[in-house]
Formats: sequence, structure tokens, C-alpha cells
Amino acid sequence: MKKLLYSKKIAPYVFVLPFVLTVILFWISPIVNGVLLSFQDVLKDEWVGLKNYQRLLTDKMFLKAVYNSLKYMIGTLVLLIPFPMLFASLLNSKLMKKPGFFKSIYFLPALTSVVVAGTIFRLMFGEMETSLANQVIALFGAGPIKWLKGEWTGYFALLILACWRWTGVNILYFLAGLQSIPNDLYEAASIDGASKWQQFWKISMPLVKPTTVYVLTISIYAGLSMFLESFMLWKGNNSPKNIGLTIVGYLYRQGIEKRALGYACAVGLVLLIVVMVVNLIQLKATGTFDKEEQ
Amino acid sequence: MKRKLLAALMCIAMTAALIAGCNSGSEGGSDDSGSDSSGSAKTNEMEVEGDDVTELEVWTFIELHQEFYVNMAEKWNEANPDKKVKLVMSNMQYDDMHNKLSLALESGEGAPDVVDIELGKFPAFMVGDVQLRDLSAEIEPYKDTTVESRLDIYSKDGEKYGLPTHVGATVAFYNTALLEEAGIDYTTIKTWDDFKEAGVKYYENTGKYFACVETRAQWMINLMLAQKGGDYLDANGNLNVASNEMVEVLEYIKGMQDTGAFETIPGGQPDDEEAYPCYNSGEYAVQIMPFWQTSRFTSYMTDLKGDVAIAKTPVFEEGDIQSIGGGGTGTAVIKSGENADLAAEVFAFIKLSEEANEEVWNVLGFDPVNTEVWSDTALTQNPDNQFVQFFNTYPFDTLNEIKDGIGSLGSLTDEKWPSINNEFCTNTLNNIYESDMDIKEALEESQATLENEFK
Repeated sequence: MKKLLYSKKIAPYVFVLPFVLTVILFWISPIVNGVLLSFQDVLKDEWVGLKNYQRLLTDKMFLKAVYNSLKYMIGTLVLLIPFPMLFASLLNSKLMKKPGFFKSIYFLPALTSVVVAGTIFRLMFGEMETSLANQVIALFGAGPIKWLKGEWTGYFALLILACWRWTGVNILYFLAGLQSIPNDLYEAASIDGASKWQQFWKISMPLVKPTTVYVLTISIYAGLSMFLESFMLWKGNNSPKNIGLTIVGYLYRQGIEKRALGYACAVGLVLLIVVMVVNLIQLKATGTFDKEEQ
Repeated sequence: MKRKLLAALMCIAMTAALIAGCNSGSEGGSDDSGSDSSGSAKTNEMEVEGDDVTELEVWTFIELHQEFYVNMAEKWNEANPDKKVKLVMSNMQYDDMHNKLSLALESGEGAPDVVDIELGKFPAFMVGDVQLRDLSAEIEPYKDTTVESRLDIYSKDGEKYGLPTHVGATVAFYNTALLEEAGIDYTTIKTWDDFKEAGVKYYENTGKYFACVETRAQWMINLMLAQKGGDYLDANGNLNVASNEMVEVLEYIKGMQDTGAFETIPGGQPDDEEAYPCYNSGEYAVQIMPFWQTSRFTSYMTDLKGDVAIAKTPVFEEGDIQSIGGGGTGTAVIKSGENADLAAEVFAFIKLSEEANEEVWNVLGFDPVNTEVWSDTALTQNPDNQFVQFFNTYPFDTLNEIKDGIGSLGSLTDEKWPSINNEFCTNTLNNIYESDMDIKEALEESQATLENEFK
């Protein structure tokens, strides 16, 4: 025992063993199993070759789900990266009063359950005249809208929910990045006569890039794999004209609701590939790989 | 020494973390269903005296059913002291329960002994190797008194897998208080043209909607389709949702919508939590719904007490069928269950015996599958009954009139039905009635989507 723990060769393996085991048990084996299942008809328990994938390519509903997920991802990227970064800079500024209070306020939604929030948002965006969203637009003289029945109004509601929930989390990421930038840089810049805007643009932006890349990567993944928000907003997986159907929603519909687990596995693998490809392109474009090679 | 201690401590910490991880994981997994307001998985245990009692696990998705099952199980225990049962019941939200059941059957673990399966989901459990028990033998003693079409909808290849709860005859619910104010006598409405005309008059006089256009269910659509002699499948069982009859029906409803008197409703159909308040407050006056909607009136539209009449649905032409069975819950027994035989016997009694049929009306307010009960006026006109009190006509007067003319659609029991239903409730009807898409085009698009799915 003593020998084992002090052996420089073995000890490292002993220490990583729990993690390796976890990865094998809970990551590698399900993925391998998923790949195998995607070539089967699970209900009939037979191998069907590429049939599931062939069906996938001609499945309009699946394409709709991919379209919806991509649309949602892009919307969240556009809204949930620049604005949190801006807010984080404001919170980081010395001129800001009571930053701790605002940080907590922004972060609070992330602590609530999506199930509760989704239900409340569904009621807020109800189609009755008395729903909150309709009351608000009535102030501007607009008539009641069936928010969750139209493609773009439904998308709007989804994005509002996403922003409400995730802005605070992203602010925290950016704040951490901003606070790690040494103050000397700003001092030197201001002595050289750089304006606040120039400081933000030339110092803050480049130096928080690692944070930005990280947030971008997880946002792409989170956007493409979104399910629960849509599930709660439309009280289930079946939204009118499938405006709220996401890739994972489709996986759930096929695998759980229609018991076509093999087909659902194919959907899941395609999602994996899409996420990988988008993120690889993104990481390449932002130069993350180059840095590692240096 | 210090290092040794540190190493030992770390080992302990790692093991502890692993074990803790496992624990919290399994706890999280077993209790994730309490999200929906009506869907918390409440376990309800029946109280039974004595030691020789068999426990049966029962899953339901409508809480009211539990009360009914307990009442009946108590009667069973009185009559069969040697075969006493104790029901352990869990009620879950609709989708949740069916999904859990599907997963339990798939994995071969965790399924209950007895489960309520909704008609729309039933065909999904008839695919491949059926894991439900054939109940034909247990149904046999009650067969003569039970409406046959309600047994057939839960059958496959002559084997009966589900015990029906009700007939679900489609009827019309008229809010007579509102109609009288607008000068409309509902008894004069015989055909759909009359119905439409009355709607227009009502709308002109009140500015409110007469009835709703469905986008998330097909109660009225299926009735009209059956009256036209159409279906979602052709005679050979092939998908044919863009049939002429279907186009005619949807066009007729579109015509109703164009008058302004008929409109889509929040929630998409009358049986929805968002729709109940619309009826309760008088925004809409009429519902074409299966008979079991009675229970929704007494539970969720209580302001309408005394204002609603039950009548025959309109027809296109004289001689058309007057009603079709809509919705339904088939109680099934899981084949692999340890006490499957006893469960089958007990539940055949609980659901099909004469007492059971009486209780279905008394407790649930449904139209029981034993039609002999329908003519027992002591029961159906019992002044203490909450449903008799609620409606201003005797509910069974209408049922007895249409008793022999209750039709059905063949596709409702087909494996393809869950997908067809899903497509109609998400795409087709929304495209037509919310987005003004051309009817033929919308139907053909759905036909193509579904064909791709069944490939």
C-alpha cells in the first residue's frame, strides 16, 4: 500500500482513476451505445443499417427543428454576448454605484427553475387581452397578439426568456475576465490620453477574448441543445406549427413520445456533429488553436 | 508522516465524492415529475384490513379516476375476502405518465401492474411485441352488456387489451342563458347550416363568439368527417388525410370562421385550462364535445351551473350519424406483472360490472359503457347527482336518443393515429385556421410529412 501510494509511476493513475472511470461509464459508453442504437430499430430489435439516417435527411420536421435551433442560437449569440459584456464593463467601472446589488439582481433569474419561469412566461405571453404582454402593447395602442402561435412572436418570447435568465450569468463571466486585467494598463493608457471608449476597445476587448471565446463556445452549445425553455413555454413538446420544436425536442418526441429510440439516437448524433462543426469553425476563426500551438 | 496523512485524506475525500455523486444522482432521478400543477406524482395507498392482501400498483393521469377505483376495489374486497387487493396509486401528468410507461416497458423495469392508457396513445403500445395482457377472458362475462365498439378500440388481432371507461358520445353543450338573451332557441338547430346561421345571429346580437374552431383537437372535425363518411385512412389502411371528405369538412369550418361568429380559442380546444375561463365568462357559448366534458363543467366552469343544456349534435343531412365516441381511457394490465392474472380479474370488475358502470356516472359523470344503465332513471335522474343538478336538461335524455347511432372512425385505433393526431394538432389545423393557408395545400403538406414518417 505504502509502495503503491509513493510510487511516482502508479500514484498519478490512482488519482485520475475516478475521473477516468466516470468518463468511461457516463460519457464514452453512452456515446458508443448511442452510435450503435442509431443503426437499429429498437422496438423491433433489429439492425437497419443507414435507414435512420436516410429518413433523417428527408424529414422536413427534423430540418424545421434544426432551423429553429440555429435561429435560437444566433439570436442568443447576438443578444447574450455584447450586452452582458457592456453591462459587465459598466459594473466594473469605478463610477458605478452599488455594483454588488446589481450583480445580485442580474444573477437572480439564473437561480430560479426554468420550469417555474417558463410557466410564468407562458402566462405573460397568453393570447387573452388581459395577459401582461398584451396589456403592455395595448399601452401603445396595438391590439392583442397571439404571441405563442406566431413564428416570430414566439421566437421573441423565447429570446426574452433566454435573456432574462442568462444575462446575469454571462455578466459574471465577463466580470471575472475584466477584473483579471491589471489596472496599470488602464493607467498607462489614460496617461497617454486614451479615452474611455478607446480603453474599452483597445484594452478590455482584446484581453477578455479568452472569456469571450469560452462564452461563445458554451452559448453555441446551449443554443443548439435548448429544450426545456421551449418545452415549458408551450406546455409540452407540441407547439403550433412546431415553432418551438428544437433538435433536442425532436429527439425527445421521437425517442420518448413515439418510442423510436434508434431514430432518436441518429438525431442526437447529428446534433453532436453540428455542435462540433460549428464550434470547431468558431474556435479556428477566433484563433484559439493557434495559441495552443505556439 | 504529513504527506501520508494528506494522501489518505485525499483518498477518503475522493471516495466520498464518488459515493455522494451516485446518491444525489439517483434521488434526483426518482422525483422529477412534480412540475405540472396537476401532475405531481401523488402516491395514494388504499387502506385494507387483514394480512392476506395483494398489492397492485396503478398509474393514472386523471386524479378523479383514483377515487373511483378505490370505491370499486372496496366493493371487490367485500365480495372476495379471499382475494383482497390493495391499490397503490400514482397520478401523473398526461404526457409524463405515458412517457414513463413507454420507458418502463422498453427497459423491462419499473412498470406498474395496472395502467390507464389514453386512447390517443394506445396504438403506440400495440406496436411490435405487445407487452399488455390479453383481457378477453376476463371481459367475457360482461361482454353482452358492454358497447362493443368501445372494446374494439383497445383491441388488436381479436385480442382485447384495454378496459373502456366510457362511451364518450359527442354531444352539443348549449349555454341556454346566453342563447335566450340573443333570441336563439337551440332546439331548432338540426343541421350544421342551422348551427352556422344561429351562430351568425348570435354574433350580430351580442358581438361574442358562438363556438370555437378547434386547432388542438378534432372533436367536431371527427364528428363531421364521420358524418360525411370520410376518415384519415383509406379502405386499405393507407394514409389519406387529403381526402375529398376531409377537404369538405375543413372548408365548411373555414366558412364558419369567415362569418366571424366562430373563432379559434386560447388553448386550441374546449377541454383546456386556458379555454375553460372563456366559456365560464361567456366569451363562447357552445361546445361540441364528447359527453365526458360534463365533468369539466362541474369542475372548471362552475359559473355556468343551471345554464347549460345537452343536446344532439347537428348533422349535414338527415340520416347522418348523430354522434361518435370521442376520447377514452383504456385500463390495461402489464403482462409481465407478478399479479397480472388477479389484476385482470379485479379490474374487469372495477371497470365493467354493473356497479362500476353506475359509479362511472355517479362519481365521474361519464356515459358508462353498459348502456342498460342509461335507461335506469332512478340513477340518471337522481336529483342528488351533481351532474343532474348542473345541466338544465337530463343528460341521458339526449344519450338515449342517439344510442343506436354512435359511429366511430377506424383510424382512431390504427398505429398511425398518434402521429396523424400530432400532425393535425400542431401543423395542419394551425396552418388553416390561424395562418389562413389553403386547405388542400395544408393537407397535402401534412400527408407528405406523415408519409415520410411512416416510411
